[in-house]
Amino acid sequence: MTAVVYVPRDSSAVSLGADAVAEAIRNEAASRGRDVKIVRNGSRGMFSLEPMVEVATSGGRIAYGPVAAREVATLFDSNFLDGGPHRLRLGVADEIPWLKSQTRLTFARAGVTDPVSLDDFIAHGGYRGLGRAVEIGADAVIAEVKNSGLRGRGGAGFPTGIKWKTAADAPAMPKYVVCNADEGDSGTFSDRMIMEGDPFVLIEGMTIGALAVGATQGYIYLRSEYPHARRALSEAIATAYSNGYLGANVLGTGKRFELEIRLGAGAYICGEETAMLESLEGRRGMVRFKPPIPALEGLFGKPTLINNVMSFATVPIIVERGAEFFRDYGAGNSRGTIPFQLAGNSKRPGLIETAMGVTLRKIVEDYGDGTASGKPIRAIQVGGPLGAYFTDAMLDTPLDFESVAARGGILGHGGIVVFDDTVDMARMARYAMEFCAIESCGKCTPCRIGSTRGTEVLDDIVNRRRPRENLEVLRDLCDTMKFGSLCALGGLTPPPVLSALKYFPQDFGLTPQDVAFIGDDLTISTSGAVSTHAIAGR
Amino acid sequence: MNSRNGDGANDVRVIDEIAAGLADRPGALMLVLHAVNDRLGYIPPEAVPAIASALNLSRAEVHGVVSFYHDFHTERRGRKIIRVCRAESCQAMGAVALAKHIQARLGIDFGQTSANGDFTLEPVYCLGNCACSPAIIVGDDLYGRVNPDRFDEIFSEITSPGPTR
Repeated sequence: MTAVVYVPRDSSAVSLGADAVAEAIRNEAASRGRDVKIVRNGSRGMFSLEPMVEVATSGGRIAYGPVAAREVATLFDSNFLDGGPHRLRLGVADEIPWLKSQTRLTFARAGVTDPVSLDDFIAHGGYRGLGRAVEIGADAVIAEVKNSGLRGRGGAGFPTGIKWKTAADAPAMPKYVVCNADEGDSGTFSDRMIMEGDPFVLIEGMTIGALAVGATQGYIYLRSEYPHARRALSEAIATAYSNGYLGANVLGTGKRFELEIRLGAGAYICGEETAMLESLEGRRGMVRFKPPIPALEGLFGKPTLINNVMSFATVPIIVERGAEFFRDYGAGNSRGTIPFQLAGNSKRPGLIETAMGVTLRKIVEDYGDGTASGKPIRAIQVGGPLGAYFTDAMLDTPLDFESVAARGGILGHGGIVVFDDTVDMARMARYAMEFCAIESCGKCTPCRIGSTRGTEVLDDIVNRRRPRENLEVLRDLCDTMKFGSLCALGGLTPPPVLSALKYFPQDFGLTPQDVAFIGDDLTISTSGAVSTHAIAGR
Repeated sequence: MNSRNGDGANDVRVIDEIAAGLADRPGALMLVLHAVNDRLGYIPPEAVPAIASALNLSRAEVHGVVSFYHDFHTERRGRKIIRVCRAESCQAMGAVALAKHIQARLGIDFGQTSANGDFTLEPVYCLGNCACSPAIIVGDDLYGRVNPDRFDEIFSEITSPGPTR
């Protein structure tokens, strides 16, 4: 009998040696005369256990991990093909508490199926959303998306259904569907994981979107840093074409939808939707003024439905199960589940899909189990490089759009990066400005000049060069960047800087009174001089 | 065919071929630049007028796009490109010290190519491997949880003669 063994092809698993493990299993099986079929699945997102190997048994899929290639022979010795006992045996994969306690809607298939097998996709519920979409028609699909309460998972959190309705009602033709797969935020990898682990669900979501708004051409704007995702997606797209799920006559509806991957070229700003459109048109990724909004005048001046990978990948289950099913999860105006990505100095980092409103503590302490270094947690950046830093005193903050915004932060794309007590927050604040300077498109002055000026001013403060005056300059600079920038890059570079200042003033050689101009929600009080009595007293 | 060590005239022929093949695609310039970059390893100066003419753009427009994106290079680079993530998650796991180690090991700074032309060292801002920080990527091969010792192992792997992994 052929034993079926799963070894992830997910690039993070591969970065820890999954390819070598797969090779070792193949060789060992051959030398022992065992008939083994190796399926390269996606990752389930428990990266402390990767490379995690699973074996299909009558008692479910038994997991072993983290497996190193040199240990494969011992797995065979322990009869792992029948789920035998071994030091690395984790039990039934679905029953591992870290995984079982999650609510996997968007990531239901990731790590379970062969990502590039259409049969596997369909056998696990794939394309049911598209099937229902065809059945109920465009208006009903848009109503489902709207009523589900789904808000854009790319970072801005704009209601997805409203975007869809606007694009659908736009009279101009042709229309486009563009997926923003330029996942540039440090600490985020959910888009990558779905593209590598369940690419058909993205294709399905985009196809539902295209049929709903009447678009005939789709593009996936994929960052060039993701070669593994590109391979999996390309394979899935080709298979979708050859099976009638893409092309001139989608599922026999008579409707055309063509889908193509376009590569970015290493520019973070191209994750901003209008810069992405410029790049797709073959130009510098310069941010456009809005209005017009892309839903009305987007790619090549035509109505364009733009959503993040996560948003599109969540649509199929919403359409399949109905708006209420998704809306029943979540808190306040943040409905449904969201895949959080726990990263940085975390003991058990990974992909945690759960209902909105879970506390930061639950993610960082329960799932993450503290730091990888074993040292105390000092700071947590929520929402990517443009998100605010939190302290361990703020761990009870619920992770939903509103609660994080009340702290002056953003939920962003759901990235959560943990730092231990060795972190120098003045350095992280400087990095925020430096990153903005490197990645600024240069169109607006607050971002282009402000970011470089910001690094200089922070250097001056830390090096005690006229700190009082320079803190005032920094305050005004942050205010100018926040309100004067054209897009979120310049506009949201202040939150990481201001939160680092507010919660860790000692790292800058400042006192809490010095930074009293920063409010609890990171608003900046610009009236009067900065209170720097401690500095002035020196 | 990789004409990395080819002559200029051959490069222009390759560029003309690429541009002609892609000229009709919407937003063709990015496609052309990626293809040239992939084939030649960089965008040589003679590519700019050739691409401009094939796509009916000005040289300034082409130059502007080339200079905007981190991926497009106007000088020859090393045979292997080592990119080290410098973003927050990797910093939280020691990327700053790792970068210093790699610079010392290779004897070059970010943006430089080793004297023998073997390696170019570049910064990268996130490889999506944040749950396995710090991360580096050599060509298209991604590595996670890279500390200085592990880098030395990787380095001897990629510099040893014989088939690459």
